Amino acid sequence: MNMSQDREKNNPLQLTRTGQLKHFLTVSGLSKELLTEILDTADSLIEVGERNIKKVPLLRGKTVVNLFFEASTRTRSTFELAAKRLSADVLNLNINTSATSKGESLSDMLRNLEAMASDMFVVRHSQSGASHFIAESVTPGVAIINAGDGWHAHPTQAMLDMLTIRQNKGKFEGLKVAIIGDILHSRVARSQIRALNTLGVKEVRVIAPNTLLPIHVESLGVTVFNDIEEGLKGTDVVIMLRLQKERMNGALLPSEQEYYQLYGLTKKRLSLANKDAIVMHPGPINRGVEIESEVADCPQSVILDQVTNGIAIRMAVMSMAMSGQTEEKNALIERSKEGNII
Amino acid sequence: MKIEITNGKLFQIDDNNTALWKEIKSLRISNGIVSSIDSTTHDFKPDTVIDAQGCYILPGLIDLNVSLREPGFTSKGTIESETRAAAAGGVTTLCCTPETSPCNDSKAVTNLIEEQTNKFRNCRVFPLGALTKGLLGEQLSEYASLKEAGCVGLSNAYHPIKNLSVTKRCFEYAKTHELSVFINPIEPSLHDGVMHENHVSTTVGLQGIPSLAETIAVSQLIQLAEATGVHLHLSQLSAAQSVDLIENAKKKGIDITADVAIHNLMYVDQNVEHFDSMYHCLPPFRTEHDRLALVKGVNSGVIDAVTSAHQPHEAAAKQMPFAETAPGMTGIEFLLPMAMKLHSGKKKGGSVNILKFIQSMTSGSSKVLKSPLPGIDVNQPADICVFDPCSEYTLEYEDIISQGKNTPLVGQKMTGKVMATILKGNISYIRQ
Repeated sequence: MNMSQDREKNNPLQLTRTGQLKHFLTVSGLSKELLTEILDTADSLIEVGERNIKKVPLLRGKTVVNLFFEASTRTRSTFELAAKRLSADVLNLNINTSATSKGESLSDMLRNLEAMASDMFVVRHSQSGASHFIAESVTPGVAIINAGDGWHAHPTQAMLDMLTIRQNKGKFEGLKVAIIGDILHSRVARSQIRALNTLGVKEVRVIAPNTLLPIHVESLGVTVFNDIEEGLKGTDVVIMLRLQKERMNGALLPSEQEYYQLYGLTKKRLSLANKDAIVMHPGPINRGVEIESEVADCPQSVILDQVTNGIAIRMAVMSMAMSGQTEEKNALIERSKEGNII
Repeated sequence: MKIEITNGKLFQIDDNNTALWKEIKSLRISNGIVSSIDSTTHDFKPDTVIDAQGCYILPGLIDLNVSLREPGFTSKGTIESETRAAAAGGVTTLCCTPETSPCNDSKAVTNLIEEQTNKFRNCRVFPLGALTKGLLGEQLSEYASLKEAGCVGLSNAYHPIKNLSVTKRCFEYAKTHELSVFINPIEPSLHDGVMHENHVSTTVGLQGIPSLAETIAVSQLIQLAEATGVHLHLSQLSAAQSVDLIENAKKKGIDITADVAIHNLMYVDQNVEHFDSMYHCLPPFRTEHDRLALVKGVNSGVIDAVTSAHQPHEAAAKQMPFAETAPGMTGIEFLLPMAMKLHSGKKKGGSVNILKFIQSMTSGSSKVLKSPLPGIDVNQPADICVFDPCSEYTLEYEDIISQGKNTPLVGQKMTGKVMATILKGNISYIRQ
């Protein structure tokens, strides 16, 4: 076992000494209890969005920096709203990665932002592990929330999906969930699979052609189906993934047309799933590429609930991570006091 | 300079090509050669006495794969700093890759490397010339003048040649000049990744490099070597199947040798699980199955030599998200302590005996260079390393001599320390 594995085992990067969240980088390594706590906290915060005055003071006086190295509208705006509803001051930075490669390094940029007394970075980056790197290099006290890193993880998306499933299905036990589409390049799928398995669903299926499946995908705890019709039978939750147009290049797929023919979610195919199955999609939707327009708008579709839940989940993890940081800071002060007495 | 080494275990190879230790009382060096072993005469007045009680007395190590970074990349390392690190690692001869700026595709660069090396006299440096001009994989470089200037072989470093007809011509022209060709087997169209392609890459979402990217290249290169008759040396193997391919080629009598970087004998893809950029290396660390096959290859001699694949980097080169960091590890000064870790490997079939390791970095690497077997004997040149195999310590960042501190060993408990290195009868390193 090497040092980083050793350290990760004894003192996971995203947890405090007492096992509370202090960063939110990945679903991996988090217990069922902690994931449930996130869902419960989000549940209690949903009500804030329904108030006349949509604010709670959980992050009052804190500065949250949205650090987006990759374009995003939906995720960035829900993070911004979430931070504002928690009464934080929000700074949005959209950084073109090429600008950083020209001059200032990522580390230097972080130093500068820390010098502005930021308390939390919400990070989206095109490289897997970017938020891990940032969490390892920031000064203690600054919380990092991963808003998507490369193909690795998108934990807040996964958790808002879990919240949506729980709202609709009441529990995770016994559920069969199918994830359809480009698993290979999907950080969303990786985080969903991890969360679903931790929360105890019966089966997670992935449905895609082999070119869109990462090698040994079954090691993530999934059953593989190349045939959508076989894969949909008896499922309770159908999660569609967005198919990026650039996948038509690089010999991954022949055409949008053939993909839709083989893997598009149509009304007819959906009827193979359980009657009360729900349809989810992290957005933005490509109607007619991965999903039939009618299916996206049908009563089984909970796509817009996912967006609403996104704000609540982000409020939950932001407030939990901030209180984890405060707990660590206080513990540090306690320890140094004890040290002084001795 | 007259040096006397007292006591210690002398590394020797017997007539059956088996390495063994021989306890000695004294080894005397004068005029650059070993003048006597266990002589009791009183006429020898040494300038320096090295007490090697409990230590190994080894031939100086020969490292076939070192990036000295000069000219051009002196923020990463210089000939001065990296040959000093080599001496501290017990290395007395090294081959430096042509990947500098400008690259070593001309006599002028080869001469510059020689001049700088001679200034410091830390280590013997054998340059590898560029196989193609500018390492671009298009035109032959001037092999005759590179050879005349002192290049011992040719290499295209980490730049695979995309056009097989260019590779074939390179091999033909190298054969014309009886120069060895050192190649990192890489099929570029399959090499677009940053770690081994397997379930770990699937979990962490980093782009994987399949073993195929290496084994396909190995197969092609073996066929080209057979067809052209050139001596082909395959550098930095990483995949189990490559070892089989090379074993078969050797059985067929093809002039082929191979090496493995010491870190590929030690680490596997799981080391990358937490995005620690120190483990970002090319070729990548593969599975335990691959690691064991490489270890077996060293033990059986199918893999002729172990190298450091020394790649010093400035700190900033490793302080980025994993895929954006520069690949490679610094390691030339920890070869023997790393070998001690391998020696004491607990896994069945997972360890390399220290004697075997030393053999692969002395007679093994000299076989690749097609130069006489080094050994410590009377009237032979005195290239010697004195190594204390028992010394225990924690490696601190500040203790690293190489300009590059990019190694996961920092903070780790180490066993074994080089006490002194002697190059051509002069002390090139002595532990203070």
